[in-house]
Amino acid sequence: MTELAVVGVPFAPPTRFAVPGRIAVGEQDAAVWRTATLTAIRRETADVVTVRLAVPGWAGHLPGQHLMLRLTAGDGYAAQRHYSIASAPDASEHIELTVDHVEGGEVSGWFHTVAAPGDTVEVRGPVSGFFAWPGDRPALLVGGGSGVVPLMSMVRHHRARRLDVPLRLLVSARGPEELIYAREYGAETTPVFTRSAPDGVAVGRMAAAHVAPLLAEQPAGGWEAYVCGSNGFAEHASRLLVAAGQPVHRIRIERFG
Amino acid sequence: MNVTRGFTGRPRVPNAALPPGQYDAGDDWPVLSAEVTPELAPADWSFRIDGLVERPRSWSWEQAHELPESSYEGDIHCVTSWSKFGVRFGGVSLDAFLSVVRPHVSATHVVAYSHTGYTANLPLADVTGGRAWIAWEYDGRPLAPEHGGPARLLVPHLYFWKSAKWIAGLRILDHDEPGFWEGNGYHARGNPWEEQRYSGD
Ligand SMILES: Cc1cc2nc3c(=O)[nH]c(=O)nc-3n(C[C@H](O)[C@H](O)[C@H](O)COP(=O)(O)OP(=O)(O)OC[C@H]3O[C@@H](n4cnc5c(N)ncnc54)[C@H](O)[C@@H]3O)c2cc1C
Repeated sequence: MTELAVVGVPFAPPTRFAVPGRIAVGEQDAAVWRTATLTAIRRETADVVTVRLAVPGWAGHLPGQHLMLRLTAGDGYAAQRHYSIASAPDASEHIELTVDHVEGGEVSGWFHTVAAPGDTVEVRGPVSGFFAWPGDRPALLVGGGSGVVPLMSMVRHHRARRLDVPLRLLVSARGPEELIYAREYGAETTPVFTRSAPDGVAVGRMAAAHVAPLLAEQPAGGWEAYVCGSNGFAEHASRLLVAAGQPVHRIRIERFG
Repeated sequence: MNVTRGFTGRPRVPNAALPPGQYDAGDDWPVLSAEVTPELAPADWSFRIDGLVERPRSWSWEQAHELPESSYEGDIHCVTSWSKFGVRFGGVSLDAFLSVVRPHVSATHVVAYSHTGYTANLPLADVTGGRAWIAWEYDGRPLAPEHGGPARLLVPHLYFWKSAKWIAGLRILDHDEPGFWEGNGYHARGNPWEEQRYSGD
């Protein structure tokens, strides 16, 4: 029997891609539902708001992580959804979420039509270390629509800590008025507009021409690519990256479903 | 209970088939894989079982299709809170593969792994006894690449991250070893009826 026992190193599949998580996730933190109090609501675009939450006991997060949020009705009915954390990690025990108004959406609808400062919701997390970026490797960020939310946490972290590791953001929006965080972007960001654009800026889907220059300026050690958005966007953007030569095992994808 | 001011939620549709905390996604079938969807042709697909077995072996696409057909009709539940009712998958029962390789009596767990390198751990008891399949058809058609085609593992009584897409093999073990999400804070077993979402649930 002992000769059959598989011992020692954990099993690693004999395949070409194996992406490890970026960090160990605190099991305790992910297990506890905490009460979060809305302290402010900020409009980003016609359909998108950012909510600031005070979460006493929040253990901190890494840029890119998300949480589970729960709303409970008077009869005990509860709805829970995932939201990426938009703010950079800090010691304030406050976090920010950015919520897109989904037509007919139960939870996003509440944020857009009911929520006001002083309201409470419940959160647990942060969860998933896979999409986290500790600020250690050069990062190539590609987001579509509200998919820019976890990437913005990375951009803000990069700024707040004055990191000099290279970071680039390619963000797709239908038009300038639908570009979330528009006033916050700097030289690291290239917006892509799919329906309407300011004068002199091309209109069209994200294409090889947007990705090629970024992959041409490979930093030492190469880019770690983070792709986030709807499944349709994630499929499109990840194929562009692969076609442009980005290795598949260095592409992390967060799909909003 | 922590009631949210002004939150009523959707009209309640009593549904005994809905596990706690889940909602009915209707016709939607969200895709949540964390890696690039691989371009994997049936001719390049293979499935292997090894580890604590009498006779490790691999099957090609054709060889796997020579095993007796088996289908699943029922529900699936994703940890991100959607459930999907009345789905139909076609393929081969995992029992048919396991009866060929014959797991050792000391075997207790498996690590399922994908052609992408994705992994998921499962108790052996959860993938035997007619509860798990290698599936290559959905609703009578070839399984789409973004849903795990050409073939995925199907373990519908557990959260769907256990049903590894682009399945490449099973390693049979005498202990539990965390897979991809399990190593990222998710529950080791993932039973939707006990709401085992995250480790510690
Ligand atoms: C990891 C992750 C991170 C995410 N991060 C963010 C983020 O940062 N920002 C963000 O805005 N979103 C994010 N999302 C998406 C978010 O979790 C929600 O899916 C989104 O807010 C919609 O939820 P909702 O309750 O408003 O809509 P839902 O009520 O879930 O509805 C979604 C759609 O399905 C339809 N629908 C669903 N159920 C029914 C039903 N029973 N009857 C009729 N119609 C129905 C609705 O009409 C609507 O069109 C993230 C998702 C994931 C997985």
